[in-house]
Amino acid sequence: MERNVVLIALFTALIAALGLVPKLTLASGIPITAQSLGIMLCGTVLGAKRGALAVLLFVVLVAAGLPLLAGGRGGLGVFTTPWAGFYYGFPIAAFVTGLIVEKWNGSNVSVVAGVAAVIGGIGALYLVAVPYYMVMKPAGLGEAVLTAMAPFMPGDLIKAVLAGLITGALYKARPSSVLSRAKAA
Amino acid sequence: MISLTSPVRTRAHGWPAGIKLAALAVATFALFLIHDLWIMAAAFAASLGLYALPGWRFFRAGMERLKVLWPFLAILGVWHVVTATYDEGAEILLRLLTTVGLANLVTMTTALSDMIAVIRWLATPLRRVGLNTRAMELAIALVIRILPTLIDNGQRLSDACRARSPRRPGWRVVVPFTLLALDDAEHLADALRARGGFLENKET
Repeated sequence: MERNVVLIALFTALIAALGLVPKLTLASGIPITAQSLGIMLCGTVLGAKRGALAVLLFVVLVAAGLPLLAGGRGGLGVFTTPWAGFYYGFPIAAFVTGLIVEKWNGSNVSVVAGVAAVIGGIGALYLVAVPYYMVMKPAGLGEAVLTAMAPFMPGDLIKAVLAGLITGALYKARPSSVLSRAKAA
Repeated sequence: MISLTSPVRTRAHGWPAGIKLAALAVATFALFLIHDLWIMAAAFAASLGLYALPGWRFFRAGMERLKVLWPFLAILGVWHVVTATYDEGAEILLRLLTTVGLANLVTMTTALSDMIAVIRWLATPLRRVGLNTRAMELAIALVIRILPTLIDNGQRLSDACRARSPRRPGWRVVVPFTLLALDDAEHLADALRARGGFLENKET
């Protein structure tokens, strides 16, 4: 029990720390940060339940006013933009990612984690964020895809690949540390 | 760590956090029902007025917070210029600025401890059905304690990487970074357990 709580707190802090990694700015002008890499890693390393709880804690702390988002952002203002669906979708994204890694017993952990990060960290996330944007802005599907989805897509694909590679490397170094794969836990 | 709260103490700091949050929810909801450009502009002006009330320093700090919105405003602006929907675009931009501005006001005038008290209160039904919410409260404290250590570790790892290679330390640092953190987590969990744990055999 203590171990689970510590791990959840640790990964919450990890998402925040990844937000500090110097960001790249894509041609579209939207900053790409490593923060959503943290969301994916929560799922691929901690598994569905613990991963989702870690991300949920992160979102709650941001709402409470801690400047944990990339660029030192935070506070309630983050949750009233039409893009806030991304933040509401984060815990679900981690859950779906974790669930896939837990259920799919492929032999290559990097590939399994990478595919899970694409389905959970991108698929499930946009499935929440894009409809939310369409309702809150309000916008049509075409506009939503262009202004809420397309700017982030290239970065998210890169991050899903990285999440797969990192999880694979972690699994090689410490098989027991990838809890989503640990049999006994 | 940088704080998102205001540099000066305002009268709103003394108001109950729950009431500020409820008022914010009502105001935000109302703004989504308004579809008149002039009312929207008035609401925006009123929110700017609220920023100006506690004085110049508060106003500047608040505007600094809102500056991070500009890439988003730019995307929306370009879209509405390209599709020639100027009125709709103006309304949406004003609504975005006003809702974010008001939410930011609540964050600036509410201490973190008050917010956590609200979270605790919101979790009351969970306690009723027998869930132990102390784990959540401890996790919050742990995050705040662990984060500076993590940032320190990351800094040292990328320094070590730079010392050995002319290339920029990239995503590869994340692997040892996470491994170190996982090892620390095991020690921390052991230490907590050695001190009697914090969850089992404790009725709150």
